[in-house]
Amino acid sequence: MSATVRIPTILRTYTQGSTEVTVEAGTLQEAIADLDRQYPGIGARVLDEAGALRRFVNVYVNDDDVRFLDGLQTSLADGAAISIIPAVAGG
Amino acid sequence: MECFGPLEVGYEYDTITRQQIQAGPSSMWRYEALLPVAPGAHARAGLHPGLTRLVRADNLAAALGARTVWVKDDSGNPTHSFKDRVVAVALENARRLGYQTIACASTGNLANAVAAAAARAGLASVVFVPSNLEAGKIVTTAVYGGTLVAIEGTYDDVNRLCTEVAACRDWGFVNVNLRPYYAEGSKTMGYEIAEQLGWRLPDAVIAPVASGSLLTKVDKAFREFTSLGLVDPHPTAVYGAQATGCSPVSRAFREGQDFVTPVKPDTIAKSLAIGNPADGPFALDVVRRTEGAIEDVSDAEVVEGIRLLARTEGIFAETAGGVVVATYRKLLREGLIDPRAEVVLLNTGDGLKTLDAVQPSCGPTLTVTPSFDAFQAAFAGIAADGASA
Repeated sequence: MSATVRIPTILRTYTQGSTEVTVEAGTLQEAIADLDRQYPGIGARVLDEAGALRRFVNVYVNDDDVRFLDGLQTSLADGAAISIIPAVAGG
Repeated sequence: MECFGPLEVGYEYDTITRQQIQAGPSSMWRYEALLPVAPGAHARAGLHPGLTRLVRADNLAAALGARTVWVKDDSGNPTHSFKDRVVAVALENARRLGYQTIACASTGNLANAVAAAAARAGLASVVFVPSNLEAGKIVTTAVYGGTLVAIEGTYDDVNRLCTEVAACRDWGFVNVNLRPYYAEGSKTMGYEIAEQLGWRLPDAVIAPVASGSLLTKVDKAFREFTSLGLVDPHPTAVYGAQATGCSPVSRAFREGQDFVTPVKPDTIAKSLAIGNPADGPFALDVVRRTEGAIEDVSDAEVVEGIRLLARTEGIFAETAGGVVVATYRKLLREGLIDPRAEVVLLNTGDGLKTLDAVQPSCGPTLTVTPSFDAFQAAFAGIAADGASA
C-alpha cells in the first residue's frame, strides 16, 4: 500500500527539497524504513538508536498523533497521509 | 543538543553589576544585557513589561501553616500575564529579522500579548487559538485588531497546525520559529525574584507547567545570577504544578520517566492545557536536579486555590495561579516541601481572564429588595452565621 509522508523543512536536505514523498508500507515502521531506503540517513533523524521515535518528534497518521494510536505499529490504509513534525513549539 | 530538540541560547557575559541593573529602566529591560536582544530595547516601541510586584503573603502562609511565602504577581503586566515578557524578546528579534507579521499558537494569554505587542509595534498579527477558549481571552485578543483564528481542536492541534503554517509563511511565530528567543524572556521573572528579595535566592519556587519552559528558565535565571556573582550560591528547589486533567509532566515525574507521554487535556486550567509539552523532559531534569517535585491538583482544588489566594492576600489569580497555590498546599500536606522553607509562588495571570472558572462558586452573599428593613432582616440572617455585624 502506498502512503504519503510530509517532510518538515529541517529534513528536506535529505529529500532534495521535496515536501512530500511516497512510500510503500503497511505500518508506520515500514513507512520510515522505506523512507530511509529512498533517502539514506533520514530514518536516524526520526528514530533513536533503539529504533523508537525520538522524544522531540511528533508523527501523525491522518491527523492523529501515533502515540494515541499504535505508535510505530500503527497500520496504514492505502493513501494514508503521514506528517513528521518537530515537537519544539508552543507554550 | 538532541535531534529536533529545543535550541538553547548560550552567552559570554561581560561583568554585570547590581548597580548597572538597578540603574536600568523600570521594566524587564533592566536585564537587557542578559537577554538575546540588541541594546536599547527600552527605547523602541513595545509594551515594556516586567518589574511586577513580589508580594509577601503572610496571611496565606498562616492559612497553610507555612513560614515565609511570596507571590510573584505577573498579573500586573500590560496584558495581565507573564507572556508579555516572552513576547517582548520575540518581538525584538522579529523586527531585527525583518518580519512584518508576528504570529503564535496560544491557550489565551499569549494571544493577548502577541496581539497587543504587534499593535504597539505597528506590525500585523495572526493569532491561532482553540475555539473553546474562555470568552474573556477571545475578547482580550480580538480587541487589539489583529487576525484571530479559532481552531476547532485542542491546543496541541493548534500547535501542530502552526508548525506547518510556519514552514510556508514568512511570519515570525513567536513560539515556533522565534521560540529560542521567546523562551529566554521567561528568565526575567527569575531575575526579578532574586533582585526583589534583596539579591538572594529563595529556598523554593513553584511554577505552573504548561510547555515546561517557564520552570526551566526561572532555574536558568537563578544559575546565571549565581555564576555572575550577583547573588550568593543557594540551592533553590524548583517545583512544578499541573492540573490533573492535563498532567503529563507530573505523571512522568511520578513514574520516574525522562520522557513525557502526551495526553488529551480536560481541565478548567486552559492556559496549562498542553497535552504534549515541548519542554517537559527539561522540566523533569530541572526538578530532579534541584530536588523539587511535580504535583497535580483537581479542578475543584484549582478553584479553591484561586479563592484561597484571593481571600487571604487580595490577589485574584487566573486558573494557572490557582493550580500553583493548590499544589503548594498539596505538597505541604504530603510532606514534599518543608513548611519552614521560604517559597515563591508564581502567579502568571489575572483572574479576570478566567471568570468562568470561579463564577459558579462566587456570587452575591445577599440579594435583597432596595429597602432598609429588608437589608436589616437579611443581614441579620447572615450575621448569625458568622459574618461581621
